[in-house]
Amino acid sequence: MSQDTIVLDDDGAVDPNLPPDPSRRFWVGTACAVGGVAGVATAVPFVSTFAPSAKARAAGAPVEVDVGDIAPGQMRTVEWRGKPVWILRRTPEQLEGLKANDALVADPNSDRPGFTPEYAKNEYRSRKPELFVCVGICTHLGCSPTAHFEPGAQAGLPASWEGGFLCPCHGSTFDLAGRVFKNKPAPDNLEVPPYQYLSDTRIIVGVDEDNKA
Amino acid sequence: MAGEKTVETTGLLGWLDRRFPVTSTWKAHLSEYYAPKNFNFWYFFGSLALLVLVIQIVTGIFLVMHYKPDAERAFQSVEYIMREVPWGWLVRYMHSTGASMFFVVVYLHMLRGLFYGSYRKPRELVWIFGVAIFLCLMGEAFFGYLLPWGQMSYWGAQVIVNLFSAIPFIGPELSIWIRGDYVVSDATLNRFFSFHVIAIPLVLIGLVAAHLVALHEVGSNNPDGIEIKGKKDRYGRPVDGIPFHPYYTVHDIMGVAGFLIVFAAIVFFAPEMGGYFLEYNNFIPADQFKTPPHIAPVWYFTPFYSMLRATTDDFTWVLAGAAVVAAVALFFKGRLSGIWRLVVPVILLLVAVLLRAVDAKFWGVVAMGGAVVILFFLPWLDHSPVKSIRYRPGWHKWLYGIFIVNFLVLGYLGTQPPSDAFNLMAQIGTLIYLGFFLLMPVWSRLGTFKPVPERVVFHAH
Repeated sequence: MSQDTIVLDDDGAVDPNLPPDPSRRFWVGTACAVGGVAGVATAVPFVSTFAPSAKARAAGAPVEVDVGDIAPGQMRTVEWRGKPVWILRRTPEQLEGLKANDALVADPNSDRPGFTPEYAKNEYRSRKPELFVCVGICTHLGCSPTAHFEPGAQAGLPASWEGGFLCPCHGSTFDLAGRVFKNKPAPDNLEVPPYQYLSDTRIIVGVDEDNKA
Repeated sequence: MAGEKTVETTGLLGWLDRRFPVTSTWKAHLSEYYAPKNFNFWYFFGSLALLVLVIQIVTGIFLVMHYKPDAERAFQSVEYIMREVPWGWLVRYMHSTGASMFFVVVYLHMLRGLFYGSYRKPRELVWIFGVAIFLCLMGEAFFGYLLPWGQMSYWGAQVIVNLFSAIPFIGPELSIWIRGDYVVSDATLNRFFSFHVIAIPLVLIGLVAAHLVALHEVGSNNPDGIEIKGKKDRYGRPVDGIPFHPYYTVHDIMGVAGFLIVFAAIVFFAPEMGGYFLEYNNFIPADQFKTPPHIAPVWYFTPFYSMLRATTDDFTWVLAGAAVVAAVALFFKGRLSGIWRLVVPVILLLVAVLLRAVDAKFWGVVAMGGAVVILFFLPWLDHSPVKSIRYRPGWHKWLYGIFIVNFLVLGYLGTQPPSDAFNLMAQIGTLIYLGFFLLMPVWSRLGTFKPVPERVVFHAH
């Protein structure tokens, strides 16, 4: 620094004591605002890359299932949009057991919106009483509950158990109509996906009156 | 033209110093950074955290050379590293053990801060950068855990991403946006890989630098919680301070040696640590149709996970009740002045109403997130007249003891399958955890405090 000299005869220098030039202030502000808008706009494509790709969206095709060979008390799992969909043929005793659960479940009539199509808003939560179709993903945090069809007390389940599903992650329990029991972490009944009968023994998951393929 | 800077050093170092602050940085941060001379055992953990960061970065670089971030091949590529890459098993076990040890040293490092009031004025920013590092570390661990694409990876990610779906209105869309698919899939794996290997580490390193710069600006605290800058010798050096180098570099090397003995023992003899460091279910490839019968996060997340699980519909009644009591107490007995005396209780009453109006699922997420975020506010929650636990009333130590035991119990409960008895314990634990911090403005000023000495307490070895 010792070799630096102070120049005194610089006519072009701005007096540092002058107040800020208002027109420059304006243009500095404008430049920052316009630049800021450009910066934010640039973020849009980057943020958008996070959304499901065209490939992921296309994978949501409906699935046809032959349900003729599912015996009473048996359950089959099929894949729809990458999620497990359960198809369970309930026995008459199991259907009877649902009535006993009405007082124990949080939303017996599936009144909360978004998880039950209109045609499944009944005690059985299905189009036909015996055949139950639902997405096997817990409405709490997305684990797949495990089937516990034998009634009675067992690990993590009460003595009044009529058969149903227990989520291993946070202990939510559901009856055989996918209705969540009271005071469990899951807020909603298991989701009933859109589905239709193609014939007595075939259903299609992912399509109904309101959802075309 | 302007000449070169005048410096005291000569030769190559002089040439460098005239162009780059080599010597001045060395002095400012090491050879002339005066740290209190009474550091104890607890002060190892800061430098150990830095060591583990280096271990993670170095082992991570080598793992990336063999790992494939692809849902079809990820699991196999990890097995390939373990079985076929020469010494790959060692590098991977160092990385997986390093992840757990990172949390061990960081938890102890934070506990040290809690004991000695290291977050108190003027070190608030040191603490805040530190909590931000902790948050980054949690993100880093979470993203990294998906990469082996085992059952725990998959379902853990599924649960945590779905946490965001609990946010009212935007939640479900937000969780799809995070996953990039309707379920955890290849798209999710790829973006988590990107976050794990580049985005979060960059932020982490920046925060570590900010943490150290802030620390060296205000100077280190010490077990007595006394400012050593108050007493200086005629050269302007703190009389109770010693240069970080060589005194604490040598001191820390001893800590490093001790740490590496433990670290190596785990890597070579118990890399899975009985299922706590590497969960057994994660040796099964991810299956999107089958959740393992018992899933739990890795141990370092379980205290927070317990709080998430504890927040059931019934429990929101308790929390709403607590908010009402707090509102009444603040209005009649609080020290708030002016408009805040009215605003804060009203907000609390509003929270009480919302606690019942919005799903418990959402509040579970709030409790879990809040348990970490609350740490940011610690500098303003603690009103005790002394910094260090050494000069606090005896019963404060008991409170800290209860807090630590409670945290460990919550951690244990989080590893266990849900049950009614455990759930009740976790609810009590959640109340203790939140109460410890939220009531700190009250309890931290109560009791008889011991006189703080003029100089630090130090006995030469």
